[in-house]
Amino acid sequence: MVAAAGLCRAVPHVPANDAVIVEKLPTRASDPIARELRQLRSAHAADPGNRDVAVKLARRYFDLASAEGDPRYVGYAEAAIRPWTGAADAPLDVVMMRALIRQYRHEFDPAMADLDAVVARDPQNTEALQWQFALHLVQADYGAARERCARLAPLTTVLAATACTAVIDGVNGHARDAYATLSKAFAEHPSSDAEYRQWVMTRLGELALRMGDRALAEKHFRDAIATGVVDGFVLGAYADLLLDENRPAEVVPMLRDWVASDILLLRLVLAENAVHAPLAAEHIQALADRFAAAALRGDKLHQQEESRFTLQLQHNTDKALALALENWKLQREPRDARVILEAALAKKDSAAAKPALDWMARTGYEEAPYRELVAQLNKLSGTAK
Amino acid sequence: MKLTIGGRQSGAAALLLGLLLAILPTVPAWAHKPSDSYLSFKVDERGVTGQWDIAFRDLEYAIGLDANGDGEISWGEVKQKHAEIASYALARLEVKVNGQACALSPTEHLVDDHTDGAYEVLRFRVWDCVGPASAPEVLDVRYNLFFDFDAQHKGLLRIESPAGTLTGVFASDSSSQHFELRSHTLLEQFGSFFREGVFHIWVGIDHVLFLISLLLPAVLFLPHGSRGGWRPVERLGPALWDVLRVVTSFTVAHSITLSLAALGIVSLPSRLVESTIAFSVLLAAVNNIRPVVEEKRWMMAFLFGLIHGFGFASVLADLGLPRDALLLALVGFNLGVEAGQLVIVSVFVPLAFMLRATVFYRRVLMIGGSVIVALVAATWMAERIFDLKIITPR
Repeated sequence: MVAAAGLCRAVPHVPANDAVIVEKLPTRASDPIARELRQLRSAHAADPGNRDVAVKLARRYFDLASAEGDPRYVGYAEAAIRPWTGAADAPLDVVMMRALIRQYRHEFDPAMADLDAVVARDPQNTEALQWQFALHLVQADYGAARERCARLAPLTTVLAATACTAVIDGVNGHARDAYATLSKAFAEHPSSDAEYRQWVMTRLGELALRMGDRALAEKHFRDAIATGVVDGFVLGAYADLLLDENRPAEVVPMLRDWVASDILLLRLVLAENAVHAPLAAEHIQALADRFAAAALRGDKLHQQEESRFTLQLQHNTDKALALALENWKLQREPRDARVILEAALAKKDSAAAKPALDWMARTGYEEAPYRELVAQLNKLSGTAK
Repeated sequence: MKLTIGGRQSGAAALLLGLLLAILPTVPAWAHKPSDSYLSFKVDERGVTGQWDIAFRDLEYAIGLDANGDGEISWGEVKQKHAEIASYALARLEVKVNGQACALSPTEHLVDDHTDGAYEVLRFRVWDCVGPASAPEVLDVRYNLFFDFDAQHKGLLRIESPAGTLTGVFASDSSSQHFELRSHTLLEQFGSFFREGVFHIWVGIDHVLFLISLLLPAVLFLPHGSRGGWRPVERLGPALWDVLRVVTSFTVAHSITLSLAALGIVSLPSRLVESTIAFSVLLAAVNNIRPVVEEKRWMMAFLFGLIHGFGFASVLADLGLPRDALLLALVGFNLGVEAGQLVIVSVFVPLAFMLRATVFYRRVLMIGGSVIVALVAATWMAERIFDLKIITPR
């Protein structure tokens, strides 16, 4: 069985007979997506110098990578546009595509330079502006992110413009105001789009958490999941809430089918470990293997998760702290700060937590478990003196 | 549009404008991971073999494996494509050993699982580039799999060789790699040649027999004018003095010729060397039965030690001398030989001294043993002179 085999350590072997299924593909040949991709691929193969076809194919691959969480498609996208990326004055659509690929690989500065180039030539390019907003937010440059919101406001809907600033306010100590503003805008401008509703509900859940209202947060997360829109992020956020509430038994059934995602598998193994689930050991090994495989190829995409894994399941505080600090150089969302605080506390080294403590002081981030961690670290440095 | 930053969805960063693809995810047990292949080489005295683990998903993309288009790859479908897989992959790999381009031939197709799915395991032979006598010292690998359609593909290389394990990563912007398979530190090289020297003296039965034959009489003496044969010495002193003279002469002599031969200053045909070594063993054994040389056995040790040195040199040459550390290897090997020799002597001398007065030593070992050694040595000589195989598969 493929599902079981994926989590076992295997040895090279000859399958028992010709009918054994060795691999399941993400798509069937008759799937509309597969058919569309095949057509684009053959058009691209027939005329690799046709930029329109190449960019269209790259875009399709990139969207697939985002939707399925499968990074293979990003490599395909990059190969498709490669003939044009070397030029100093690469065409705008190629530069935009290259920016997306670069940020995917955590090459944030070159990605931002590409986005700047796009916006310089096309100031109304909402996609480029949105990505700039997103990258500034991830790197905790809230001033620059706010500036992008201002530029986006006239180009987008009231709800989107409200959400843009609410998201920034929410990490800067104004969660209650942000929640009120966003929920009011949501009520006044209801959307029929399930994706849209799901997204706003997830943001409201996060803001509620920061206000200290876990029951309200849980309601929003549940509503977001109930929209039926498949989204790994909300599952991760809800799983974290349940783990914080010491309710791991509820995480296990929710994430059972999400082992493909390193991010969700981490939450699953933390929960399984807490309830001594039978699959815990196997899943812990699988995740360790994945981190090892990523290290082998030199990837550092999931250091936040690896830090939590290393701290909570392997109890290696030194390595967990190093991973958390390394991760912070690139990504500075609340969760990225939390792994530093947790690892530093476990190591009883409040000085090491400085980047996260500074961020907490600068933003006034409100979420209770974070404040508790800061208090314990401060106590630690107080007694040390 | 959801924004996926660095492969993780950034919640707060995601803005919903524009189109989002509504794709119901298939839920595989595999991790989502960029494409990698795992290439490994095993280098040992028999040559170089390779194993290449390549994801079926990538092969499906490159050459198509799912013949019936049902979204599943069966072992039967893979088998149909084995030849194509091997020729596709091996055409994208170049291997050079010691600068010589190698031929790559598939030997086996298996299946294995990695974190992100099932992989073809292609085992292959690397040949037509390494002679039987020359050990692989330098490996050049050029890797060009899948880069044409996947810019993020990586080839993860692992080389297991006697010098240790080496690893490398191939990417679209770094597709060639150069590996030195020799031991890295001078100390390691010295150590490995030292061990070879010890090992060689212990398994080099002809050298041991020559030495033992010369040492057997060290704890005995021939009384002047007496026809009674060998008598045990009274004290250890003269016996040790005799041992020291024999061992030192042998060592100095073989060190001289070993160095001269290893440095390429003198060379002798190996058949002559090997035959003369056998002759030296024969002579030493016969001298114990019918003593001709007694006090001057150290001169015999020196004379034939010169020839034994050439024998050591041919072993050292077979090991593959590092050009950049020739002297180091030579000294290491030679000291190894001396150390191995010293162990033999230090076991032999106390035993011989203890047993010297017994009939067993003087008759059975000294005479009977020497007769056997002489017969064996004579056979070796015949073998080596006439290139026959009678008793020893050398």
